Amino acid sequence: MSAIVHKRGAYTARLDGRKNDQMRPIEAKVGVIKNADGSAYFKIGGTAAYAAVYGPRELHPKFMQNPKTGILRCYYNMMPFSGAGERVRPGGNRRSKELSHVITQSIEPVVDLTPYPNAVVDVFIELTETDAGSRCAGICAASMALAHAGIEMKDMPAAIAVGKIGDQVVVDLTGDEEHFEGGATDIAVSVLPLTGDITLLQMDGEITAQELVKALAMAQEAAKKIYKIQTKALKDHYKSEARQ
Amino acid sequence: MNDAVKKHIMRGLEKGVRADGRKLIEMRDISIETGASKNAEGSARVKIGDSEVIAGVKLAVESPFGDTSDQGNLMVNAELLPLSSSRFEVGPPSIEGILLARVIDRGIREAHAIDVKKLCIKQGDKVWSVSVDICTINDDGNLLDASALAAMAAIKDAVYPEYDMETNSVNYSKKTTKKLPLAKEPVQVTVHKIGTHLLIDPLPEEQELAEAQLTIATLANGEICALQKTGKAPFSLVEIEKMLSVSGTQSAELRKLL
Repeated sequence: MSAIVHKRGAYTARLDGRKNDQMRPIEAKVGVIKNADGSAYFKIGGTAAYAAVYGPRELHPKFMQNPKTGILRCYYNMMPFSGAGERVRPGGNRRSKELSHVITQSIEPVVDLTPYPNAVVDVFIELTETDAGSRCAGICAASMALAHAGIEMKDMPAAIAVGKIGDQVVVDLTGDEEHFEGGATDIAVSVLPLTGDITLLQMDGEITAQELVKALAMAQEAAKKIYKIQTKALKDHYKSEARQ
Repeated sequence: MNDAVKKHIMRGLEKGVRADGRKLIEMRDISIETGASKNAEGSARVKIGDSEVIAGVKLAVESPFGDTSDQGNLMVNAELLPLSSSRFEVGPPSIEGILLARVIDRGIREAHAIDVKKLCIKQGDKVWSVSVDICTINDDGNLLDASALAAMAAIKDAVYPEYDMETNSVNYSKKTTKKLPLAKEPVQVTVHKIGTHLLIDPLPEEQELAEAQLTIATLANGEICALQKTGKAPFSLVEIEKMLSVSGTQSAELRKLL
């Protein structure tokens, strides 16, 4: 067996001029979809996600109901024109199913749906444009939408991609950075900001254990900043509602 | 819908007034914002009242169909996203979604809005394929006209990405300034019939009450370029004439926004 030697090129400055621990500009809003019971918009750099919550509502088919608790279902979907390359065929694929699954599991630990037996809370995440980090933006939007819907939560998941480009450990990779010729490692992390616990962890690429720990600590710091932006968006919404 | 709501709406229509205070032939406020999605070759967000849709155009280089070897392809598709209403479900498109996509497709593709011959790169070998996708964000009635408007605005916004003939590769990160070959500019208006009343831009309740509707696509010169009747109730010729006159004046107003 021959070992694969992976040589990393130098990455001296970030392509868009950010610091290694600096996220792209973030825009967050709630109450963006009137029909929904809760909704949010979360944009980070060139990645933008809507999330709409419907429910708790009766779950069909009935055999899927759980008489002990309501269940959470998140759906991740890219709009056909949202990708950086060719059109994404509508109707879902293996990738969107997997992401829907891991997003649901990353949010499940913080919601208490026991008051809603046999019910379902659906969260629909739609990406209007993407430049890497779309599952993380989706989680950020989804947790804001759930809070806006008044679902009881003990924390508000905030997710961010961290990773290694060349020999640098960085936060919030762009699509260009993911394709850096000298090698890039992309780690999607969802953090519970109040405890620092991690509820989503996926990685593509190579990294040492020390660097991984460093990257995860960076994700925790970034999540705290995102959490502030998320809660501010919620508060601003209720303030403006109170004025009306 | 319960009978009280139905009665309330009908009583209003008799007096010429809608649930939200509008006249029967009166649109809600409309906004169009182009460039709503940066990765698309062209895009637009349209709001009519609280209804909101986003349309995006993607281009690709493909082989032409055998029977139209000197023409590019144009496809218009619409998705009633479950994000936009509790009525819409996950899964394969409903008949409502298919109708929406088909009616808009007819109003754009069949109306020859794009000169598909100019999408030809090399006859019989390579042509541009234009996909227009419409995604609903919030449904507060009249997604049909909102979607058609968004589709046209996105097409007008679209530019070609760079294409290298030798390597046959499209560089999506490099956009040119070249616009799509727009031949005609159809604008759609749907007129709804409730009882004997004709109205436009319905709210969801009005849409549910409507027994039939006629979608009319009109060109800049006033000519009609596509029609679609949906719903159970028949139309008299007198009604159709009235509908055409309504769509004539309303489409001229909408055209100013494009």
